[in-house]
Amino acid sequence: MDLKLRVWRQVGPSDTGAFEAIDATGISPEMSFLEMFDVINDRLVAEGREAIAFDHDCREGICGSCSMMINGRAHGPEVGTATCQLHMRKFRDGDEITVEPWRARAFPIIRDLVVDRSAFDRIVETGGFITAPTGSARDANEILVPKEAADLAMDAAACIGCGACVAACPNGAAQLFTAAKVSHLGVLPQGQPERYARVVNMVETMEQYFGSCTNHGECEKACPKEISIDFIALLNRDYVKAQFKNRSLAGQKR
Amino acid sequence: MIGSLDAKIPAGPIEQKWDQHKFDVKLVNPANKRRYHIIVVGSGLAGASAAATLGELGYRVTLFTFHDSPRRAHSIAAQGGINAAKNYRNDGDSVYRLFYDTVKGGDYRAREGNVYRLAQLSVDIIDQCVAQGVPFAREYGGLLDNRSFGGAQVSRTFYARGQTGQQLLLGAYSALMHQVQLGNVELNPRSEMLDLVTHDGRAAGIVVRNLITGAITSHSAHAVVLATGGYGNVFYLSTNAKASNVTAAWRAHKKGALFANPCYTQIHPTCIPRSDDFQSKLTLMSESLRNDGRVWVPAKMADGRSPDQIPESERDYFLERRYPTFGNLVPRDVASRAAKHEVDAGRGVGPKQNGVYLDLADSIERFGKDVIEERYGNLIEMYERITDEDPYKVPMRIYPAVHYAMGGLWVDYNLMSNVPGLYVLGEANFSDHGANRLGASALMQGLADGYYVLPATISDYLAPLLGTQPVPVDDPVFRDAEAGVHDQVRRLMSTNGSQSVDHFHRQLGDILWDNCGMARSRESLEKAISDIPALREEFWADVRVLGDHETLNQSLEKAGRVADFLEFGELLCIDALNREESCGGHFRLEHQTDEGEALRDDDNFSYVAAWEFDGVGNAPTLHKEPLEFEYVHLAQRSYK
Repeated sequence: MDLKLRVWRQVGPSDTGAFEAIDATGISPEMSFLEMFDVINDRLVAEGREAIAFDHDCREGICGSCSMMINGRAHGPEVGTATCQLHMRKFRDGDEITVEPWRARAFPIIRDLVVDRSAFDRIVETGGFITAPTGSARDANEILVPKEAADLAMDAAACIGCGACVAACPNGAAQLFTAAKVSHLGVLPQGQPERYARVVNMVETMEQYFGSCTNHGECEKACPKEISIDFIALLNRDYVKAQFKNRSLAGQKR
Repeated sequence: MIGSLDAKIPAGPIEQKWDQHKFDVKLVNPANKRRYHIIVVGSGLAGASAAATLGELGYRVTLFTFHDSPRRAHSIAAQGGINAAKNYRNDGDSVYRLFYDTVKGGDYRAREGNVYRLAQLSVDIIDQCVAQGVPFAREYGGLLDNRSFGGAQVSRTFYARGQTGQQLLLGAYSALMHQVQLGNVELNPRSEMLDLVTHDGRAAGIVVRNLITGAITSHSAHAVVLATGGYGNVFYLSTNAKASNVTAAWRAHKKGALFANPCYTQIHPTCIPRSDDFQSKLTLMSESLRNDGRVWVPAKMADGRSPDQIPESERDYFLERRYPTFGNLVPRDVASRAAKHEVDAGRGVGPKQNGVYLDLADSIERFGKDVIEERYGNLIEMYERITDEDPYKVPMRIYPAVHYAMGGLWVDYNLMSNVPGLYVLGEANFSDHGANRLGASALMQGLADGYYVLPATISDYLAPLLGTQPVPVDDPVFRDAEAGVHDQVRRLMSTNGSQSVDHFHRQLGDILWDNCGMARSRESLEKAISDIPALREEFWADVRVLGDHETLNQSLEKAGRVADFLEFGELLCIDALNREESCGGHFRLEHQTDEGEALRDDDNFSYVAAWEFDGVGNAPTLHKEPLEFEYVHLAQRSYK
């Protein structure tokens, strides 16, 4: 296959970037999208041009590193697929493909296609955990978890933290990411004691960095793990409930 | 010079060693823990769980990871599950059985004391993970579910769909981030350790390169903990993530830490076969698929028919035939060699005849597609994306691929290397899996080391250091180490040769796979040992790293890692040549039974080979730690 790429190049966070046209000739349809980038990078280096920087690691769709906006779609055209699992057979010979980094205020560009997603870590550190110091746990089977709850928690916990939801959102909101974490812990019995404090802390941190959700639903479409937007409804319900619960838990003092 | 190796295995009956040891070690009182500073490198299961737990205990912890977030570490890709001797299935499991299975599975090349402790702790790990909210698979009654894994005849593997590693890592990561928020752990992402610094023979700190700014800085502490993963990528193609590397371990080795059993590399039987030269990595399909999948090849040589055209009578279910007791669930090394045997004999399947079938058809008929989808849905999807074939209709094609490193830095029972104050955890150490790791045991070991072993043993080293300060970072030992790192960066940037870093990495991978892969011989190893230094020389003369070292420069990062692989690969082959026996993942063609099984030589090789660095290109010095077996009866492994 012969393809025409337009790839975003930007040397550093404060530089003005621009698209660079790169011909990708002789690409095999069996290659993954990132393997095509490996081939292009080898050729660029041979021509004395710097390789395109992009985040990637496991190449199995689980680490959440890869993050390319391909023809305006986060992770490209295939539903439920991270960039690393997208294969060139999904494109046609002669296609022009535009590749950009995630674009969101909360994810500043570091270089080329690499962005800084550490705002996600900030959300998790304010509440994305169950306090359970090592050694304090009782026997695992003493906590009964209905299969339905475990399955629902797992559906939410499948989030790989790639940021496609934010990149796809016209507002740059991180509602789906936050909702997935809040729901994963909030539907499990172990997560109940901190449930309402968690949702408030995580939402408040999220709002420091990210835009607001106005129910576009683009996040669900872009999610490589197909995490359901229903979790945002769970998040909102818990957030509203928390306004009352936290007060009553604190003896109406707030 | 290094004296005799003391593994410090506690005396006494095996059931009591760990408890007795925990009583015997020196403690640091809670109020004094703040006075100690510990560096942890790596944020996978071992690193994240260690940093979180040390932080909970009250130590001051600084964590470094080259990832953008701790959650990306490659533990996340582990699929199938984690073993624990809970005996929830009532099928005869016990701590002793998990211990026995693991020592036997490792082909009698692991320490009994370490493995017994691992089996004991397995039980606590599951409790801990459930308390953290890890969404393990459940029965309808709300109790935990289990599946079976290779090398065992009981069901003791706990799992979260095909994403167990992800869920366990997210658990450890959440505990870690909690400690970050509390101020007990300082997190440094996108920071790569490029040297270990020692002072008076003790670990004093590390030198780190900030991958965004290129800044090279020193960090000192009372103790340094490496949890930096395995070296499988020395083969270029492996199931490891692209950035997985040996650099931290190798640079510690060059500063005096012994490297143990590097030739013990695990070739995992169920990976998607290689399709083309541009391939950048190999993808694992969880071993758990062997629960419900039957492995077969056409009985006829070079049978070109599509699988549905081959009648039952013309199929060879070779694992079931050769190993009727364990069938498709033989350990990984055995399954891998059997598959290689069939492919080498010309019965391989697929466009390149380089695979064997893993067929889910019988299980789909027996349980229905829904059940199979629930068990393996995400794996099957992954397979379909990569190959464009539907495993619900066509049997999957699999072939062995480099997966896990049993070898690693030498550590004693406390997980401390021979360099005082340097601890090594998880895949980066050598300690628990002998010559072959059983499935679902890597997650167990990473978490045992991080949640339980290190937090209980590190105080023994720290307690006498009360009141001392870490070596200041302006001490000449740090300055010298920084200068060395600067020099290497400059050298890589200024070589300005004609070949990319990947070019050399691929060549190294070919040398190792062809000569030190699933089958090794004196001849092939001698060839590799002469080819690798030549390639290393070529690398330093002809590598091309472009750009600037003061910005994000992924070519420069890779170049440093490949430079280390080019040195380490030679040691791997030297170790393989020294070990004149076959055991587990190390298969020497000269040493096999009449049936082609691995043939050990217990009289001469029942030892840990720990190598001391003597300069690049110089022969390393071998130190032997004899292995003693008081409980497990040494025998030719049989899974028939």
